[in-house]
Amino acid sequence: MSKFHTMTAAHVAAGLRKREFSSLEVTRSFLDRIASLDGHLNSFITVTPESALAAAKAADARIAGGEAVTALTGVPYAHKDIFCTKGVRTSCGSRMLENFIAPYDATVTRRFQDAGMVMLGKTNMDEFAMGSSNETSCFGPVRNPWDLQRVPGGSSGGSAAAVAARIAPFATGTDTGGSIRQPAALCGITGIKPTYGAVSRFGMIAFASSLDQGGPMAVTAEDAALVLNVMAGSDPRDSTSVERDKEDYTRVLGDPLRGLRVGMPKEFFGSDGLDPKVGDAVHAAAAELVRLGASLVEVSLPNSELSIPAYYVVAPAECSSNLSRFDGVRFGYRCKDPKDLMDLFCRSRGEGFGAEVKRRIMIGTYALSAGYYDAYYLQALKVRRLIRNDFDAAFTRCDVILGPTSPTTAFRIGEKTDDPVTMYLSDIYTIAVNLAGLPGMSIPCGFADGLPIGLQIIGRHFDEARMLNVAHQYQQATDWHARLPAQFA
Amino acid sequence: MSLSRQDVEKIAHLARLQITEEQIPGFAAQLSNILAFVEQMNSARTAGVEPMAHPFDTPTRMRDDVVTEINEREVMQSIAPAVEAGLYLVPKVIE
Amino acid sequence: MSWEPVIGLEIHAQLQTKSKIFSGASTAFGSEPNTQACIIDLGMPGVLPVLNREAVRMAIAFGLAIGAPVAPRSIFARKNYFYPDLPKGYQISQYETPIVGKGSVRILMDDGAVREIGVTRAHLEEDAGKSLHEDFHGMSGIDLNRAGTPLLEIVSEPDMRSAKEAVAYMKTIHALVRYLGICDGNMQEGSFRCDANVSVRRGGDPKFGTRCEIKNINSFRFVERAINHEIERQIEVIEGGGKIDQETRLYDPDRNETRTMRSKEEANDYRYFPDPDLLPVVVDDAFVAAVRDSLPELPEAKRERFMAHYALSAYDAGVLTASRELADYYESTVAAANGESKFAANWVMGDLAAFLNKEGREIADSPVTPAMLGSLVNRIVDKTISGTIAKKVFELMWNGEGDPDAVIARHGLKQVTDTGAIEKAIAEVMAENPQQLGQYRSGKDKLFGFFVGQVMKKTQGKASPEQVNALLKDKLAP
Repeated sequence: MSKFHTMTAAHVAAGLRKREFSSLEVTRSFLDRIASLDGHLNSFITVTPESALAAAKAADARIAGGEAVTALTGVPYAHKDIFCTKGVRTSCGSRMLENFIAPYDATVTRRFQDAGMVMLGKTNMDEFAMGSSNETSCFGPVRNPWDLQRVPGGSSGGSAAAVAARIAPFATGTDTGGSIRQPAALCGITGIKPTYGAVSRFGMIAFASSLDQGGPMAVTAEDAALVLNVMAGSDPRDSTSVERDKEDYTRVLGDPLRGLRVGMPKEFFGSDGLDPKVGDAVHAAAAELVRLGASLVEVSLPNSELSIPAYYVVAPAECSSNLSRFDGVRFGYRCKDPKDLMDLFCRSRGEGFGAEVKRRIMIGTYALSAGYYDAYYLQALKVRRLIRNDFDAAFTRCDVILGPTSPTTAFRIGEKTDDPVTMYLSDIYTIAVNLAGLPGMSIPCGFADGLPIGLQIIGRHFDEARMLNVAHQYQQATDWHARLPAQFA
Repeated sequence: MSLSRQDVEKIAHLARLQITEEQIPGFAAQLSNILAFVEQMNSARTAGVEPMAHPFDTPTRMRDDVVTEINEREVMQSIAPAVEAGLYLVPKVIE
Repeated sequence: MSWEPVIGLEIHAQLQTKSKIFSGASTAFGSEPNTQACIIDLGMPGVLPVLNREAVRMAIAFGLAIGAPVAPRSIFARKNYFYPDLPKGYQISQYETPIVGKGSVRILMDDGAVREIGVTRAHLEEDAGKSLHEDFHGMSGIDLNRAGTPLLEIVSEPDMRSAKEAVAYMKTIHALVRYLGICDGNMQEGSFRCDANVSVRRGGDPKFGTRCEIKNINSFRFVERAINHEIERQIEVIEGGGKIDQETRLYDPDRNETRTMRSKEEANDYRYFPDPDLLPVVVDDAFVAAVRDSLPELPEAKRERFMAHYALSAYDAGVLTASRELADYYESTVAAANGESKFAANWVMGDLAAFLNKEGREIADSPVTPAMLGSLVNRIVDKTISGTIAKKVFELMWNGEGDPDAVIARHGLKQVTDTGAIEKAIAEVMAENPQQLGQYRSGKDKLFGFFVGQVMKKTQGKASPEQVNALLKDKLAP
């Protein structure tokens, strides 16, 4: 029995290219792990063994032919169930789309196919990506591989758990307010939310269009860079995807950190909500970077505490409109025997959406409605500008910003479900990055009581390569990222 | 802002969400909490600040006027709740 | 008590692009239901809009044509409401910053009066689908082929004071968009639609009354009738002591009445906000300049040129420039008729218009081409045929008998100018009608016409009328 699950995606890819083993073997091995282990986690909504094996065979043929072999040809992955996959159920964790077979492929899905990568299945997530614990999924909660009584974080909790348990070499995620970084932190993996506009949103079911961004969730920064090479790139089908030259995100991974200025926002470390063990681990990581040649500078993000309030207006406002298309007319859930049109709309949506989605739709509807628009929506957009200005100012003094990803380690399932606002606060360090459109990532930087701690690195717009360089150098010097939960070793 | 029962009913109707009588107090309390929390942003000094609807202020992309799509009605309607004669069926539309 | 109506129109012109405003699906009319509704038009989860540059170009052309500023930066917003023919639950439209700002057009009334009507704005938006009300076991059917077709919504100022002015304005905009080649103007197919905002106020009152919006007006005739009906209804309500509620009313052409739209009963709250899927539409000077350079001659300029160059009255010039096709037809006819502009105008506005009208044909489908009509005019001018015979020739041409020379030759319609032949006919007529001849010679001058008619009849209408007149005068003299 091969130990593919102990290898990074880069190692698997290298072995495939050298034909030390086949994609079929690797794919079978991961499908077996999913079959035997995912019962503990509930990280997959849909597993697609048949198409995975077919894709693996095609990848092997491609490698054998030596044609059009890309860095990740033949490497399996798990796809967040928010990306449309033609002919495969794409549920978004919602009863609304419980039986929705997507009629087309997302751009990201297509890019992976074109690169010869092998989709193992679709991962569980908070309903419509609204949640920080993966408890809002209509397919049930995902469990954290480090402690099955705890949440994996969210909304990309299924992807994070699958990678942490190594039942998939890497996975995709999406991040609107922290949905890649926070679960990456809570599950002890590497996740990157790229600059807004770097990865196409076409076919990625929208939550909040001006904030959503897809990105990789992987074991190492190097793997994340390789995956981002496939995911990122301008897309003519997404008006908000930025037109830039294709770049190689691995190109500076090996650069030393000498001369790097690391910004430490004072607001990130003074707050009451921060678990001291998390704070200590982040400071220790900063010290490690200093040892690697970087210098620390204190910076200030004075409006950062307003990021959650602003976010909980902007994101619900956009979501209230984005989710209007789920009306029971053309696809998705439709209530039984609607008595008239109003009944069709109200009941299909009332029955198809879960409580958190409804709350956000209602908040957004309220914030945009006549008489409240200026006080809520417009004010939030102004605060958003202030938050962005804070980052612009900070980045005049540093190259990357460092901080915790999440104020705590993984919390217990059910611990925060009664109080939405408490739940929202678990994204306190990640949300500002989305409002500003910046790239941010989380890497493992220690453990507290057996639970992983995440280190957040924030970069300038389109400075992913530098962030990945910092993460990679850190991972060369540490082994937090290489640890596996005992049950899944 | 504290939301009344009527506020919740009005918002739910605008958003076309059926919620039951019993759910209304819960929603009213939660939504009021969220709004109270959100109102922290009123402390920000935003006079003269340009609203920022989008991370980038770049021009929108435009495409050439070319027909690129083909008829995929069969696939599209295979996932529809109710169709007949190529039409999506809904309860009677009254104008 | 005198009442003054105040009218403003919102015109929706479908832009003649090949593909939709935000997708690559075809905009062709009349296809099987939902065969031209792609994933984007259907609002499938995850899809995104990408703006059609040609729709932007067309909107700019309209803006330039009405002398309005073109916004260097305009914003698409979402107008949120639920309706089964609105797939995304919102319409992408422009709200606070439309692409075309304030401009104006001048309308020409039948009495020759010219009025300037303000255009508040024009903005781009997507059309919705259609609800078909045929009964599917008590259900309605939704066809989304039309969803996503680009529309230019042209909003007028409340500058019109009668239904007639509203019609004249609508016709002016109709001609303009067709001149610009941005809309086919087909009202039956819904390419050019109009909603009217109507209110009434007492003469001299500076304040506007409460207005009602009338929807579903799809012909020029209905605009006039619907507005007049609504004016009467409002006056009746107010004079009866009632008050007008601001509401949307639907015009029913079969009953010639407007009624409240039940589906719009509740107050709308559209929750407009900038569409986060689309960034600002930026139009640079070069783009505008290129559109300006490609603008055709516009109706008003053409009308003035026709008046100056062809010596036409304002009315005639107005009629002949009502559409670009008609104006082109006229100009080609004048060219073929060696510059006989008035003759050509009379024929185009007279017989040609009558035949087109009778058969409900468009000028483009006329079996009589400008070249044929021009040479017909030439045959009248060179006296090959008389005006009366020309009408007959025209009809034969209309029925597909070919150019006028062929028709004249085939039917022997050439004018008789041979004095001998005419004198022979006169002699015969005088011999056959001795009684009338006597009466004429004894002073009953009115009988002269009788003799002309008889001679023309004997020559099958082909005799030159002037010659007949001259010779008859001579022969009939006692």
